[in-house]
Amino acid sequence: MDEILSIKNLTKTFDDFVVLDHINMDVKKGEVVVIVGPSGCGKSTFLRCINAFEKIDDGSVLLSGESINPSKGKQNKTREKVGMVFQSYELFPHKTVLQNMILAPMKVKKVKKKDAEKEALVLLERVGLLSKKDSYPHQLSGGQKQRVAIVRALMMNPEVLLLDEITAALDPEMVREVLDVVINLAKEGRTMVIVTHEMLFAKAVADRMIFIDGGRIVEEGDPVSFFENPQTERLKKFLNSFTY
Amino acid sequence: MGFEVLLKGSNMSRLLVGLAVALRISMISVAISIVLGVILGSLMTLKNPVIKVVSKIYLEFIRIMPQMVLLFLVFFGTTKALGINMSADTASIIVFSLWGTAEMSDLVRGALSGIPKIQYESSFSLGMTTAQTYIHVIIPQIIRRMLPLSINLVTRMIKTTSLVMMIGIVEVLKVGQQIIEANRKSSPNAAFGVYATIFILYFLVCWPISILSKYLEKKWES
Repeated sequence: MDEILSIKNLTKTFDDFVVLDHINMDVKKGEVVVIVGPSGCGKSTFLRCINAFEKIDDGSVLLSGESINPSKGKQNKTREKVGMVFQSYELFPHKTVLQNMILAPMKVKKVKKKDAEKEALVLLERVGLLSKKDSYPHQLSGGQKQRVAIVRALMMNPEVLLLDEITAALDPEMVREVLDVVINLAKEGRTMVIVTHEMLFAKAVADRMIFIDGGRIVEEGDPVSFFENPQTERLKKFLNSFTY
Repeated sequence: MGFEVLLKGSNMSRLLVGLAVALRISMISVAISIVLGVILGSLMTLKNPVIKVVSKIYLEFIRIMPQMVLLFLVFFGTTKALGINMSADTASIIVFSLWGTAEMSDLVRGALSGIPKIQYESSFSLGMTTAQTYIHVIIPQIIRRMLPLSINLVTRMIKTTSLVMMIGIVEVLKVGQQIIEANRKSSPNAAFGVYATIFILYFLVCWPISILSKYLEKKWES
């Protein structure tokens, strides 16, 4: 398997505070990497660096062998290949579900409207939202919005999909419908980097688990040994905080 | 009731010409205010300390100052103090544009800062460029947020043009007064009929605009 994403010595500081401290990580095609860690540990910043939303202070992020450099003004070319779904959905409120999905393919990839719509409808069908194609975001529940956000990102056919705590703002009963979509994507062989607090979901979807604390990768491994046999005290303590 | 006076001679058409004078001043001012207000409002979101202080002083000054005082200040004040010979038309367009720009810029600033940074990022994350993001994602949302309030501002500006008669512009209200004066002997009740007609004229101009604003507000509610 070839590596899609190759991150070397990634370092990011805000003023004097080191958010990410020499992070190394490779992601292979079709791999699902789940990142967990206490809040404020730098997980979200890490995802934002992959998508060129943050200026990297040191190290490199390579996407299919090409460097991501936010200072070069070519970030949009990178972002075409990297999909991102946010905690707060961030659908475009003035556009319908269908319009939300076809906007970027039409404007960025110059796909014909008819073709974009056809693809959008197939995706909506798959996440059970075909009947909502003409609804506006404010008419949808949180879970529905998030499913639309996921398929909107898929419309660009990204090489990597970044999911940033996509269930954190959802009511508990809606978490499942969103995570089911992600699990199906994993089965289809989508490459994903996921930040989440849902440990059971992480266990189910991950090919590899990564624990970040204090801006460093403290522990990583396959999900079974990660959850059942953590090696470091910090990870043990972190995992314990999820059990009562 | 005094309505009959409007049927005499060219009184009614004079009144309509007066209305046109008022509308011309307000429409030119509205157009200038929209352009300058969008520019100033966008600048205000840049968080530049100088722009921030200057715009704040400007906005407060315009808000505190009654429009009529501003009108006198510009028309009489500048003519005497600066020796500029300004027509009343120009003076009123300047004053109304100053006022409209202040209000409009605040609306633009509010609408712009009401759109979270992550909404831009959500568009960028789909590979859209900055220009595409503004054209397809940000500006349509700003227009939707602003339009009902700006329309409201337009009606207020139209109504407030009645003040320009104070600096000698013969707009609808002034024409009305002239008609009443000229017919004081023949129709002593003219005041009611003339002012009621002016009321209806203002209403006919402002009401559809107000309806449009309500309609858009409802349509874009989210």
